[in-house]
Amino acid sequence: MSVRLTVATSTRVLQQIRHDRRTLALLLIVPCVLMGLLAWIYQNTPVFDAIGAPLLGMFPFLIMFLVTSIATLRERQSGTLERLLTMPLGKADLIGGYALAFGLLAALQAVIASSFALLVLGLDVAGAAWLLILVAVVDCLLGTALGLFLSAFATTEFQAVQFLPAFVLPQFLLCGLLVPRDQLPDVLRWISDLLPLSYAVDAMQTITIDANGTASVLGDVAIVLGFVIALVVLGAATLRRRTP
Amino acid sequence: MVTHRSDAEPAIRVDGLRVVRGGRTVLPGLTLAVPRGQLIGLLGPSGCGKTTLMRCVVGVQQVAGGTVEVLGEPAGSVGLRRRVGYLTQDASVYLDLTITENLRYFATVVGVPRQGVDAEVLRVLGLVDLVEHAASRAGNLSGGELSRVSLAAALVGQPEVLVLDEPTVGLDPVLRRDLWAIFRRLAEGGVTLLVSSHVMDEAIRCDRLLLMRAGTVLADDTLQGVLASTGSTDAEQAFLALVDRANSAARERSEPETPPGHRPSHEAST
Repeated sequence: MSVRLTVATSTRVLQQIRHDRRTLALLLIVPCVLMGLLAWIYQNTPVFDAIGAPLLGMFPFLIMFLVTSIATLRERQSGTLERLLTMPLGKADLIGGYALAFGLLAALQAVIASSFALLVLGLDVAGAAWLLILVAVVDCLLGTALGLFLSAFATTEFQAVQFLPAFVLPQFLLCGLLVPRDQLPDVLRWISDLLPLSYAVDAMQTITIDANGTASVLGDVAIVLGFVIALVVLGAATLRRRTP
Repeated sequence: MVTHRSDAEPAIRVDGLRVVRGGRTVLPGLTLAVPRGQLIGLLGPSGCGKTTLMRCVVGVQQVAGGTVEVLGEPAGSVGLRRRVGYLTQDASVYLDLTITENLRYFATVVGVPRQGVDAEVLRVLGLVDLVEHAASRAGNLSGGELSRVSLAAALVGQPEVLVLDEPTVGLDPVLRRDLWAIFRRLAEGGVTLLVSSHVMDEAIRCDRLLLMRAGTVLADDTLQGVLASTGSTDAEQAFLALVDRANSAARERSEPETPPGHRPSHEAST
């Protein structure tokens, strides 16, 4: 793996996004709009404070998952991936470059959405604001890593888009937001223990209710980061230079 | 970067190459050699295995058997990746980037030193005559301009071997002539070029021809040699003569004891 080639690749990916102003605007504004809607529909109730933080982790996660999946699929279909694979670019340079570029975007998106929720919408959580922002950033990274990994298995845009309902919505159902994870049927609880989004939501729920939960939150963050690294490494490992 | 040592050794050596794609044998056992520093035309109808052969040479094709060596190393090996340039059939560049941004990235990837990237981008832009479009977005270019950007991307880093898959397809005659002039200049500079085309009249531009059909090489010769051996006046006629010859040879092999023209009537009806 070469630092220069990884940075060159992430610069190139960011240049592509920069030329696409509408995508950039959607990336940064949509999570804020969704959080605003959420605050509005639950005005004068305690619900926004209760589910605001977990959903703050969820919306950017979904968006980054989709954007990353489509971006890597486009690289594959445009023939540029085939060209790159004939060049002295390591697989880790390519996947690492994508992870770095979208990781930066994800961090920016998470910081903007969290700040908007805390400062403008008055989201009130028991834990520290920096912790909320940290978890939001890590959740975004998880979306990026999952998109990088899964897009290797999609051969068409139709498939890539359907990976959202197929691989992300089940995680949403089992993550503890609808039914607390300890009240799920045993089999489903075991499954939810294996899914990264469960830990992302656990962390946000702890921040919501527990002022002294920093250690537990950081534990969940470590688990989610572990998933992020594993998915990126698997993404690089499943990339094949020679194809049928 | 272009070296003239061991000129006798071919630039590309293919031996018993077998490729199966989607259950279909595309290359049943191809053997050929491409000499160094020459402009080689890989001609044949679409679907005959030209792209598959080129993908093998640049090391992105899964191979079922045989060997492919480029500049004495196994195709696709790490050391070759900056010595071999590849142009895919579609313009494989980023449409949402400018020409300069595209070429800067590819130049960095092939290992051009940081301080030399700008000069290298300018050099390849000059070769394909796109200097004045450098700041244009690739997606806003015409088809001909776009294919020249893609060619420029294959030229960065001065590769010793260029594998160009149908670089002139769909281009107007003036542009085609200009591109062949570029290829000729590169060959004169010592670069080995393997250029595919399904337009037979491009044969006159090449030093040697590889005529392919159904995954096999029908002829590996100069244009003069091919014309002389078939008694033809142009490449297309020669190709058709070679196809007829190959077909009748195949028929004789499958029915060895029945001379052509004396078939039993029951076989003719099946």
